[in-house]
Amino acid sequence: MSLTTSDFLAAWWTIAVGTLSNASCAILGCYLLLRRMSLLGDAISHAILPGIAIAFLLTGKIASFPIFLGAMGIGVLTAFLTQLIHRGGVTEDASLGVVFTSLFAIGVIMVSAIHSVDLDPGCVLYGLIDAVPLTTQPFLGFEVPPAVGTMGSVLIVVLLFVNIFWKELKLVSFDPDLATSMGISATLVHYLLMAMVAGVTVTSFEAVGAILVVAMLIVPAATAHLLTDRLWSMMLVAVGVGFLSSLFGYIGALLLDTSVAGMMSVVAGLLFLLAVFFSPRYGVVSKVWHNLALTLRISGEDIIATIYRAEERAGGKTSGAGIGLGESLRAAGGGIVGWLAVAGFWWQGLLDCRGSLLILTPDGRRRARSLVRSHRLWELFLEENVELPLDHLHDPAERVEHFIDRHLQEELNDVLESPRKDPHGRPIPPLDSMDEA
Amino acid sequence: MPTETPTVPVSSPEESPTTGTDSPHVLDVHDVTVAYHRRPVLWDIDVTIDQPALVGIVGPNGAGKSTLIKAILGLVRLASGSVSFFGQPYSSARSRIGYVPQRGSVDWDFPVSVLDVVLMGVFGKLGWFRRPKAADREWAMECLRQVGLADMHTRQIGQLSGGQQQRVFLARALAQRASLYFMDEPMAGVDAATERVIFEQLGQLRQQNKTVIVVHHDLRTVPHYFEEVILLNMRLVAYGRTEEVFTPENLRKTYGGQLGILTDVATSMASKGIRP
Amino acid sequence: MITYNTLIVLLGTSLLGANCGLVGSFALLRRRALIGDTLAHATLPGLCLAFLLLGYRSLPAMLVGAFVTGVMGIVTVALLRHWTRIKEDACLGIVLSVFFGWGIVLIKLIQNETTSGSKAGLDSYIFGKTAGMIAQDVMIIGGVSLFCLLVVMLLFKEFKLVAFDASFARAQGWPAVLLDLALMGLVALTVVIGLPAVGVVLIAALLIMPGAAARFWTERLESMLLVSAFVGFVVGLVGTSISARVDNAPAGPVLVLVGSSIFMLSMFFAPRRGLVARLVADRRSRLRLENRRFLEVLFDLMEPALPERQPIALADVLDHRGWSSRDLGRLVDRAEKHGWVDRVDREKLRATEKGLRKGARYALSHRLWLTFLDEHPDQIAAYANLSSTDPAELLPADLMESVRGKLLASGRWPSADLLETSEELSR
Repeated sequence: MSLTTSDFLAAWWTIAVGTLSNASCAILGCYLLLRRMSLLGDAISHAILPGIAIAFLLTGKIASFPIFLGAMGIGVLTAFLTQLIHRGGVTEDASLGVVFTSLFAIGVIMVSAIHSVDLDPGCVLYGLIDAVPLTTQPFLGFEVPPAVGTMGSVLIVVLLFVNIFWKELKLVSFDPDLATSMGISATLVHYLLMAMVAGVTVTSFEAVGAILVVAMLIVPAATAHLLTDRLWSMMLVAVGVGFLSSLFGYIGALLLDTSVAGMMSVVAGLLFLLAVFFSPRYGVVSKVWHNLALTLRISGEDIIATIYRAEERAGGKTSGAGIGLGESLRAAGGGIVGWLAVAGFWWQGLLDCRGSLLILTPDGRRRARSLVRSHRLWELFLEENVELPLDHLHDPAERVEHFIDRHLQEELNDVLESPRKDPHGRPIPPLDSMDEA
Repeated sequence: MPTETPTVPVSSPEESPTTGTDSPHVLDVHDVTVAYHRRPVLWDIDVTIDQPALVGIVGPNGAGKSTLIKAILGLVRLASGSVSFFGQPYSSARSRIGYVPQRGSVDWDFPVSVLDVVLMGVFGKLGWFRRPKAADREWAMECLRQVGLADMHTRQIGQLSGGQQQRVFLARALAQRASLYFMDEPMAGVDAATERVIFEQLGQLRQQNKTVIVVHHDLRTVPHYFEEVILLNMRLVAYGRTEEVFTPENLRKTYGGQLGILTDVATSMASKGIRP
Repeated sequence: MITYNTLIVLLGTSLLGANCGLVGSFALLRRRALIGDTLAHATLPGLCLAFLLLGYRSLPAMLVGAFVTGVMGIVTVALLRHWTRIKEDACLGIVLSVFFGWGIVLIKLIQNETTSGSKAGLDSYIFGKTAGMIAQDVMIIGGVSLFCLLVVMLLFKEFKLVAFDASFARAQGWPAVLLDLALMGLVALTVVIGLPAVGVVLIAALLIMPGAAARFWTERLESMLLVSAFVGFVVGLVGTSISARVDNAPAGPVLVLVGSSIFMLSMFFAPRRGLVARLVADRRSRLRLENRRFLEVLFDLMEPALPERQPIALADVLDHRGWSSRDLGRLVDRAEKHGWVDRVDREKLRATEKGLRKGARYALSHRLWLTFLDEHPDQIAAYANLSSTDPAELLPADLMESVRGKLLASGRWPSADLLETSEELSR
């Protein structure tokens, strides 16, 4: 495939329009997502169709400033009607379903009746992003498609809106009641947001159509939600995801020779899937990895604690007592986890081999002593406060010992008034012995 | 209020009175620990109820009272520990267990009548596909009569007052013909008549040698209503006969004891994640 | 004039509507109204994939494909909700839009490869096209509807239980998750057979509207299902007739508009649960309450001078209550009409014997409540609607007796000759 300059320009402008509308949608989508109103965005994007049809009849164009205003009105109306029917005794999701499908149905009938090349049922679904580079206007000496201007100004409006109402939007999203009590009308902010969503939707509509604009509203915001924990960084990431899906959506569509708008939402979906699996904090893979690491740590700690107890029985740290591999695997709960735990702790320099026995290194002994200390302190605490019988003390302590850090040890030690023996009469090891070496 | 009725509920033919069984304990809760979102909310609960009794579960808000019942009934997952009923696991003993959930847990706008809801109590015994018969209906009416709501059986449930709804739940549990009942705050926010009906039904069940375990919030009425109490505050503070266990010392431990350290450990476990 | 073709189409859509009504009601009650929407959008790639794999248009194969990706969509929603921190509403939106985008990509691919003739076939699945319906389609719709009906009849008890109180169902040992899945399976089947007629975008409306409309007419699940199926039937019948007669009116949107009209009518005009009926009932109960308060105040003012019925100045009544003088004027007019009071002059009025007795009874019930709550303040939450019911109806007899004793002792029991009626009240 050879690229000519005009091909390159077409690509440039299409991606630019995609990115601009994606950015506006993504920013507002963050609020929708956090307020659990994603489906209201979905509903509004369907509901504006009759408005678009009417405006098209009047002006012959899809995107213009009057339509932007009209769509805002319809956005508010959708939110309002949904609320009204909900009050009429229907669950919220059902009333949403009734409202937007009805409005959309009216829109489809009107569009079918209009029968025009620029506005037909197909355009409602796919949008006209492929047609973006076809018409251009001179602007500052460049030939620029008018859609770029529209999307650009809408993005500026969105940025202004978010900037002006930053703290109101944040507060209302987080705690509407608190906001109302502080004199910020949650209802007003809600309807303002809905109006903005509708305005952005209607302008993006030209590019991607009624249903795929939902993907631009929700998917980048959801992806960002999996990656960050701050509102502003969430917005940045969402905009980035929007850009990537425009870029790769266009390239993909070019390669497969298919719908650009459809491909954009598929790419957005794939990016979301990547985040689902590989997000550092909330990804499925990292959760599994985290759990595995924890399991290994606990198993390894169980092994060194067992060796420490063996040393104790044999007369103290100088005895150099150890345990066999079989016994250590049993202490770790057996299986492959045991092997991995032994290998891991050996690698960390906590375990060593002497002949067929596993023994503690000085570092390992320090760690094991702390564990046993936690274990016995906790047993004592349970015995004094929960009145469990003696033979019920070990199991809970075995679980909790891995989570009692130095600070908690001190707290327990203070509460129990620096005890020397656990309930079974075994010594509680001191915090640190200086005679280590 | 017509709570005293001439007919005493007759046990169904296939159900023999519970006393005759050779099962070792009514309920055996062994070392149960429960965690929500990795944060432990119940620690090592160890309770054995060895004969029929009225048992109250008492503790401050957030002590895990409802969670304990849900954990026992398998509605939340145990992080560790085990539960057995009459010496059997839950799956085998299920038909002998009745449950009265909190009132807030269902959609009161649902299109069912009062009698419909009570009939749901017999669904468990009916098994798959079989419809309730006239005899089941009669039995459900009888249970409604027990709680004094027989004349309201055609109403949609949303049209009842809060206390009456609670009584419908009680009637549904009665319809289960269980030998062991769990009730989650049945007396919270109910009217005087309802509280009395519930109390009377507790007595009736006790007379039929059944065990009832009730999450209860009103400390003043505990000695009056319950033979045994479980004092709970994330951990088990005490369990035993009310007159022995319901002491100021134990109450202090329950409501104002050393919760601090337990909470600290829970937070530490949550931040590191506990064993999956 | 009804032709064979019209008959086929009418039969098909009305059966479809009835089935949507039946299955949709459960989804609605389970608070899953919008899952049908997501499912429907997720069927689009399946339709296209079946076409791409086979290379020609085969209705059964495409429906199977639609079912497969539709269910995939639902499973994806469930997994996302379970695995990630994304909330249910966003999961629905993500699956809906991404699967639909995937479908659009595939449609364009098909359009590139094939002639324009078969392209039209796929487009019709988006907004629905009833005109082309043939006997085979109706057979499929009929078969699936029959299957759904059988499953619902067989599992009625189980579905009802799970939809009403899932945690009780689980405690009783029912596999709530499996039953939920079965229900979703029925929804998926219904969506899939509805695609050719109503289309991907709007089939969800047909699942929601009949059930939502039916809920206004009945309080029982059994009758709700019947009404809902009937509404769906009518929607199919009327919608198809209209769309056949009007040029350029795609079937799906017309059916949806018929559905929403019936829904709106039900919401406004259904007896009891309808908005109009509720407004009327609200107004009536407000009036009753106002009358009651008015007579109560009147009695309070007259009580010192009893048994003589002294005239009461309107200004004194106004002092007692926060009524505006216009409200009070209306109240007096109404009371006069009921024969409770007579006007003495512009400034004063006097209660009739009837009005006095009524006032005494209301005042007594009010005082009983106040005394009861003085004794049992903890019970206040349980009696939300104090002013309109008589305590004797709600309180146990012995409690009532002690409250009565308290009130008698404090000397606030209405005077003796008015009590014949009041005695009945307190028994």
